[in-house]
Order: sequence, then C-alpha cells, then structure tokens
Amino acid sequence: MDRLIYLDNAATTKTAPEVVEAMLPYFTENYGNPSSVYGFAAKNKEAVYMQREAIADILGVEAKEIYFTAGGSEADNWALKAAAESYASKGNHIITTKIEHHAILHTAEYLEKRGFEVTYLDVDEDGVVKLEELKAAIRPTTILISVMFANNEIGTIQPIKEIGKIAKEHGILFHTDAVQAFGQIPISADDCHIDMLSASGHKLNGPKGIGFLYIRTGVKIRSFIHGGAQERKRRAGTENVPGIIGMGTAALRAVETMEERAKEETKLRDYLIKRVMEEIPYTKLNGHPVKRLPNNANFSFRFVEGESLLIMLDMKGICASSGSACTSGSLDPSHVLLAIGLPHEIAHGSLRLTLGGETTREEIDYTVDCLKEIVKNLREMSPLYEDFLKKQGA
Amino acid sequence: MYSEKVMEHFQNPRNVGEIENASGVGTVGNAKCGDIMRIYLDIDENRIIRDVKFKTFGCGAAVATSSMATELVKGKTIEEAMKVTNRAVMEALDGLPPVKVHCSLLAEEAIHAALWDYAEKHGIKIEGLEKPKSDIHEGEEEEEEEY
Repeated sequence: MDRLIYLDNAATTKTAPEVVEAMLPYFTENYGNPSSVYGFAAKNKEAVYMQREAIADILGVEAKEIYFTAGGSEADNWALKAAAESYASKGNHIITTKIEHHAILHTAEYLEKRGFEVTYLDVDEDGVVKLEELKAAIRPTTILISVMFANNEIGTIQPIKEIGKIAKEHGILFHTDAVQAFGQIPISADDCHIDMLSASGHKLNGPKGIGFLYIRTGVKIRSFIHGGAQERKRRAGTENVPGIIGMGTAALRAVETMEERAKEETKLRDYLIKRVMEEIPYTKLNGHPVKRLPNNANFSFRFVEGESLLIMLDMKGICASSGSACTSGSLDPSHVLLAIGLPHEIAHGSLRLTLGGETTREEIDYTVDCLKEIVKNLREMSPLYEDFLKKQGA
Repeated sequence: MYSEKVMEHFQNPRNVGEIENASGVGTVGNAKCGDIMRIYLDIDENRIIRDVKFKTFGCGAAVATSSMATELVKGKTIEEAMKVTNRAVMEALDGLPPVKVHCSLLAEEAIHAALWDYAEKHGIKIEGLEKPKSDIHEGEEEEEEEY
C-alpha cells in the first residue's frame, strides 16, 4: 500500500516545510541560550519575543501575556492547578464540562482529591454546553470556569463569548482549552472575556512539544515549573527556541490561510458528510451540524465496532481515529460520545475523520468508497446486525 | 500491535456466517463493552462438530479469536472441543496484546455456550460444561434510536 490518506489532523498535523525551515537555524547556528549576556545568544531573546508578539496579536492581547509551555496539556494543567491554588482563599468550586480533553478532566479529578469541588456540565445532543445550566451551577464559592473552545472528537464549537460574559458578570475566572480551535477559527480574547487560554503547536502544522498559555494581566496565578526567571518567572526552563519559532511561524501561517482554508475544508467536510450519510445506512453524524470545526467529521455506524473499522481503513492506507473503547485502552467508549447521549454500542462504532489543508476531493471519494465496503463487510459479520435484520423481518 | 496471524485471521476470517437449524447456538459478550460473539454448531449423531460458523461484533482481536476458535473445533468431537481453551486459541494466534486477552476468553465462552445450548436441546450432559455466565442482554438497556 503506497498511498497514505491522512485524515487524523485533530490528532496531530504535518509540520509545514516553511515552519521546519524557520526552525532549523535555531538548532545549528543560533543555538545560544536567550538568557545569556553575549550578543550571539541575546538575539535569540529578541527572536523569541517576536514570536510572542505575533501570537499575542492573533488573540488581540499583549506579548507579555503569552507564556510558552511544552504543549497544550501542560497549559491546561497549569491553568487549573495554579488557579485553584491561587484563588483557594476565595472558594473551592470549579465548573467545567463532561466533554473536556483528559488534560482538563484528569486535572479536575486531581483537584477534587485535594478538596476542590468540581461541577461537570452536561451538554446537549450536539455537544453544546447549556448556558442556563452553567448559570445555575455558579455558587458564591466558584473560582474558575473552564470550557473548551471546540471539541477534539466531535468538533462542536462552544458559545465561548456567552460563557465568557457569564463568567465576567459573576467575577469568575474563565479559562478555555483552545487546542483544537486556535489557528482554525478566529479567537479574540477580549470579545470572549477569556482570562486564560491553552493552545498547542502541533495541531496547526507546527512542531510537537510546544504550546502556550495566555494569562490575562491581573490574573494572579503562580509559577508551575519552578527554576529560572524565564517567561516572567512563571515558567522556568531554558526556552525551547526552535519550538517557539516553529509555534509562532505556524500560528502566523494558520491565521494567514485561515479564511481560505476554512472555506475549502468546510466544503470538503460537508461533501464527505453528505456522501457518508446518503450512502451508508444506519449512520449518525455526531456533533453540531453547523457549529463545528471546519475540518471535523464524526460518525457512528451502527452494528460496527470502531477498532475493526480503523484497522480495515489502515489496510487501505487511510489514517483515522475512533472513540471505541478498544482504541482508548479502557473498557468504556469515549466520554464525549457518552455525554452527547449515545448508547455504548453505538459509541463503540464511531469514526473521526479530520481533514487538513492538503486533503483533496479525490481522497474523500476514495475514503467514502472504502468506508462503504468496509462497513458493509463488518455488518455482515455482526451478530447485532443479524438480530436487527431478523427484528425488521419479523 | 497484533501478530501477523491475528491480522491474517482478521482480514480473512474463517467460518463467518450462520447455520440454519443449528444443533447449538451460543451468544456471549456485551455490546456495552464492545464485544459480542455468536457461535453456531452443527453436531452429528456421533457427537462430532460437522460445521461451525460465527458472527462477531468487536475489535480485530475479537474477530481473529472467533475465527481461530471455529477452526480449532471444526471436525472435533464435543469432548475434544471442550479442551479448546482460551490459551489454545491465543497460542494458535501467536499471542494477543495483554488488553485483548479477554477476547480469547470470550471465544472459549462462546463455544461453551453453543455446546450448552446443544446439550439442553438434546437433554444430555457434557462433562465439565457449566451454564454460560455471560449473556448479551445483561445490563443492556433497550434503546431504539432513530437514524
């Protein structure tokens, strides 16, 4: 199998050649430590600052409010743990949702073990947070609301602006995990009243191992990694200069191409959804039909198990992912699919296809053709399908 | 992640299908956990498994273990089939990843469940065979979704 069709861009993306090119000199030539005094290294301090400024501009914030981290998970951990600790004197209640990434959910569970109380908001069948429920969950002791900008599995985009407004009205800190959204859809920190925002480099054709946390001036959260004075003493460790250059370059590239890319991806995504829904029976589209990331399609095929589907697709050269238990290493299928109300057996048969800037219509056609055949074959092997047909016939 | 044997059986599963008026049918597993296996046995008057078919909803390992289990019992006597353990299925597949060992147990249980069904229908007792404990309807809610 020579062909490779990569439809798992929500998992990670290819580092863009121009991003790699921008990074390379910082490994081999400009390798100086930005904290050093001599001119050779000091210019790297300037280079890091330029990237910080570029990213800040994208969000409409100030450069000093961007703190580079080793990725999205670190940013999420930092935001939650440090905010909880810093604001513990005000209260011990945190509000988040049932569909967050594990970097948020497991951090929230960790905080629960340490005396914090966490409300996990339900979502509707499209995966959207219910604003009335959010309002009702707020207590005098609520110190933090953390709601993801867009979901990594089903692509649903949350009403972040409205959520931010509610948080602001109640004087509660608002954090958003924007790992899937940053660089894909426009984000303004001020418009959405965002106090903290997590993002990652490798989801937008940047390198792995780099991300950032935006912390609004005035938010008093402590350092997460203790040590040197880097990142305004809030995140110690010698700067990952090539990573930061890569992150900034990729972010700029993503924003410059955003409009055109979103248009193209949305068109292809909708074509993919249309074909799958029309040509494969007993299929459900998961996530909001319109308010979803331009590159995300997520389906449940009844009577079929997700891992089998992935292996079959892999044999056709197609890379995808599933919310099946078998792919998560636990017995339960995806918490996101359960949260939108899917029964277990239907959640097990889910498939996520996430397009990229290079995805072609021809690739989508090939994928749907393969998918039709594979789902048909797996159903023929499925006792659930057999029972279903017998019930239909009876 | 999987051995070549597992992949081969997953891609070309043996004995997929149904047997009409089967001597015994056994279904084990639970849709909630993502694995259901159904085994059909055709057993002749000499207690020899003349034919066997399966249907499985599950991961690659679940399909491969079903396929291998049917191969191992085909043409065997009931007593010989009783000796086909999950370990035997696993060995025949050159091993399974630790998280997939339960699939081979399910295959053994499915064979036993089909034999139990046969024994009950024919009013006989099979040495060492116990009533199957798994049931697909256990803990399962009746949910009919509209698509």
